[in-house]
Amino acid sequence: MRPFAYERPGDAEGALATMVRPGAVYLAGGTNLVDLMKLGVSAPDVLVDLSHLPYRDIEALPSGGLHVGALVPNSDLATHPAVRAAYPALSQAVLAGASGQLRNRATVAGNLLQRTRCRYFQDVTKACNKRNPGSGCDAREGEHHDLAILGASPQCVATNPSDLAVALSIMDASVQYIGPHGSAEISVHDLFRRPGERPDRDTNLPGGALITGVVLPELPIAATSVYRKVRDRASFAFAAGSIAAAVDVREGVVHDARIAWGAVAHLPWRAWTAERALRGAPATADSFARAADEELAGARPLRDNGYKVPLLRNLTVEVLREMTS
Amino acid sequence: MTTLRTPTNVGTAQPRLEAREKVTGQARYAVDHPLPGALYAWPVQSAFARGRVIDVDTTPALAVDGVLAVLWHGNAPRLEPAGDPTLLVLQSPDVAFHGQVVALVVATTLESAREGAEAVVVRAEIQPADTVLRADHPGLYEPATVNAGYVGRVEKGDFGAGFDAAEVRVDATYRTPTEHHNPMEPHATTAFWERGRLVVFDATQSSTTVRDTLAALFELPPQLVRVRNEHVGGGFGSKGMPRVNVVLAAMAARFMGRPVKLAFSRRMLFSLAGYRTPTIQRVRLGADRDGRLLALAHEAISQTSRLVEFTEQSAVVSRVLYNPPDHVSTHRVVALDVPPPTWMRAPGDCPGSFALESAMDELATAGNWDPVRLRIDNDAATEAGGLPFSSRHLVECLRHGADLFGWAGRDPRPAARREGRWLLGTGVASATFPAITWPSTATARATADDHFEVAVNAADIGTGARTVVRQIAADALRCDAHCVEIAVGDSAIGTAPVAGGSMGTSSWGWAVTKACRLLRERIEREHGGRVPPEGVAVSADTTADIAARDEYARHAFGAQFCALRVDPSTGEVRLDRMLGVFAAGRIINPTTARSQLLGGMTMGASMALMEQTVLDPRSGDFVTSDLASYHVAVNADIPRIDVEFVPEEDPHLNPMGSKGIGELGIVGAAAAVANAVHHASGIRVRSLPITPSALL
Repeated sequence: MRPFAYERPGDAEGALATMVRPGAVYLAGGTNLVDLMKLGVSAPDVLVDLSHLPYRDIEALPSGGLHVGALVPNSDLATHPAVRAAYPALSQAVLAGASGQLRNRATVAGNLLQRTRCRYFQDVTKACNKRNPGSGCDAREGEHHDLAILGASPQCVATNPSDLAVALSIMDASVQYIGPHGSAEISVHDLFRRPGERPDRDTNLPGGALITGVVLPELPIAATSVYRKVRDRASFAFAAGSIAAAVDVREGVVHDARIAWGAVAHLPWRAWTAERALRGAPATADSFARAADEELAGARPLRDNGYKVPLLRNLTVEVLREMTS
Repeated sequence: MTTLRTPTNVGTAQPRLEAREKVTGQARYAVDHPLPGALYAWPVQSAFARGRVIDVDTTPALAVDGVLAVLWHGNAPRLEPAGDPTLLVLQSPDVAFHGQVVALVVATTLESAREGAEAVVVRAEIQPADTVLRADHPGLYEPATVNAGYVGRVEKGDFGAGFDAAEVRVDATYRTPTEHHNPMEPHATTAFWERGRLVVFDATQSSTTVRDTLAALFELPPQLVRVRNEHVGGGFGSKGMPRVNVVLAAMAARFMGRPVKLAFSRRMLFSLAGYRTPTIQRVRLGADRDGRLLALAHEAISQTSRLVEFTEQSAVVSRVLYNPPDHVSTHRVVALDVPPPTWMRAPGDCPGSFALESAMDELATAGNWDPVRLRIDNDAATEAGGLPFSSRHLVECLRHGADLFGWAGRDPRPAARREGRWLLGTGVASATFPAITWPSTATARATADDHFEVAVNAADIGTGARTVVRQIAADALRCDAHCVEIAVGDSAIGTAPVAGGSMGTSSWGWAVTKACRLLRERIEREHGGRVPPEGVAVSADTTADIAARDEYARHAFGAQFCALRVDPSTGEVRLDRMLGVFAAGRIINPTTARSQLLGGMTMGASMALMEQTVLDPRSGDFVTSDLASYHVAVNADIPRIDVEFVPEEDPHLNPMGSKGIGELGIVGAAAAVANAVHHASGIRVRSLPITPSALL
């Protein structure tokens, strides 16, 4: 095996200090990182185990909303009464992912920072600009049935695999971290990014940043939010397409709507165009379909993933219809 | 004087004898056997599909702490041919498929071996590879015989004339993808040499075949090779023949003079342990106005590797299920730069029944006939070749199944039943699998305290073979089961056939029955019914008994029913329930039999809805080569499945009256699902699997 150092700091200062060592990476639940190490995709020199850090609580904020510690296990997040009551899509999204065993182990921050499951990223014998910048992208002409239809670049068609991130996206959540210049906060919309010419960068976090928690603002519309995930088997599979949605209808007219799609892009895809089209429109299947079509006008499917276009359109119409009927 | 008991074991439900050992982790699989000084081996695989290895630079690997040796074709011990050229590993620079083993690293720890394997540098001359099966491939040819020795082509009557004259016709092409077995235990071996004798613990469905193959490869008399496989963690056909793991482990153990352990990783299984070939099958059916089949054509295409010819016998099922006057069934195969395909649960019948039984459903739709009725009306008394069936209760299975399932009054219209976002549908398909019995040996020994030791070289691959064989032995000995000690899984016991082809219980059971009856006779005749202090031992061989049987077409049959729902807006399919009704001779142990059929049906549902291995033609490798990307059904996918048996007595089989049940359950299951998807949604999917993308 490849030798690596293992450190287990007791606090954030210790973690940040260790992270300056070359080749250091954080280890939280390890459900993704350890797999990638076995595959040779990730070869860290130092594992900075965060298991002795705090950040394990879910707390109500005085301003309303919740603060979720970075190391809260996914299963605790999904079953927390306040989460289920005020942000049901978040709970549903987490429960739609992985398996019970993995959710017990995986953390909130780890879930957000998990790497793409693109086959070519996971195979070190293949060209992948995300794993090995400049090597090319074997997925574009290869097995890409699961990959992106929106916001991709010639360099990368990977998708973000997180269900949690899709739900957070409609909740205007933000991520708190400690970076090189101290504590900071970044909106979940700015956390994730399109691949562009730098697909090796999954997020806009500065190097070495330590996520400490996620802030869920008070958001009345989220109380009836819904997450639905379509996949190739009933459980324990990544999405073929998914949706997180929240909608506020007053007297038959859409007052506000929030929609995000999963498994279609390098980031959880907030459907801003569709939302704009919906605001003020009658809450009918026609409006929902028109809004979805406007958003999907930008879709650029590859050879074998064109099915995602009707899938996301239909999912959007069906979910919004169920929520408003 | 012992009182002989009325036979009461066969036919009763009994739990597996080794169940406690397995669930407590005590059962030892191939690499679980502790051996002092054992080394670990890790293969290096080719990263290209066709070419020649020019040179292997072992220096960086040998520099890794703990690495003791790197074997490659430049320094590996020579092997003698042993049938399958795939097993001649590290003998030549030629590479015939992606993932072929080109070097082997041996080290003191597993971690060192693996790190060493990554450090090996293979210099090669890579040639363009041809890895995609297509119906117009110029290399397709018609082999004389196909897997299991069937003739490739059967023609009867005049298909063209019969089909042209038919009033109702179906002409459709069906496709099944590459599928992988994925047993829980990977292919794995512990090997050591002891004063010129070779001993291996191997994950195999046939220690007899592994023994004979190793003997040939290493030029040894078979009695100097011992292969043990007391517990095997599944195989589904992939462990039916020896794989390179056992050859490499034996070779490395001899080279190093120390025991060697080698276990494939999950990813290695995809290229080194066989798979089910993709198939392209054209089926044409013609019927008269009353739904009587007049003409049937089944033309199957599959792939093989350049190393060895293996032709999936997909069209053979059409020679068994129906027998119209005009028939043609053919096979074509093409050799590609791909790993060798192999047996996978119900080779031929499984993919073949997807095509044939989907086509029967299309015929029922075209003629506006009930699909159960159509099958009953086309029951056959003989195979297409003319042989009469030894027993056939397909109609009883269909009728009983239709009753249990609530088929009567089914609305035939597609896409006509809605429940919320779901469209509901039901489907049916027939199943059949050959009832094979092969020669086997067995021994039985009585001790003076009225105990018996019965040994047969069966392989218990999780099926309950050990348990079932004991039931058979106890009844043949006319004693209580607890008086019988059973030994299996050791080539030293004697020659016995593979745990494959659903022939295990019938073959081993016959030899055990014969040995036990001979033992009883000898105790009565030579010892006056009393076992002397030194005990009494006999051995039996069924070769002559099997050769003396009358010629019959021997097959098990069944009817598969499925109810499911389809969300037309997302393409999701959810199974609601499945029912399988089977006529498979005498059921020896209802508990383990039910597990076999339940497992087969589950695997068939999984095949229908999700299983497929995707090959990237640019590199010639399987890119979905782990259990995250190769989906098999999880609990949430599998609904209530009921398994029922139609009682069947068949005097033409074997002394137990048993037919094989390990593969029958998968046959027809995928067609029943696909037919139900059509009934629910109106969409006919002719290319598996039926994922959301297939329905949108």
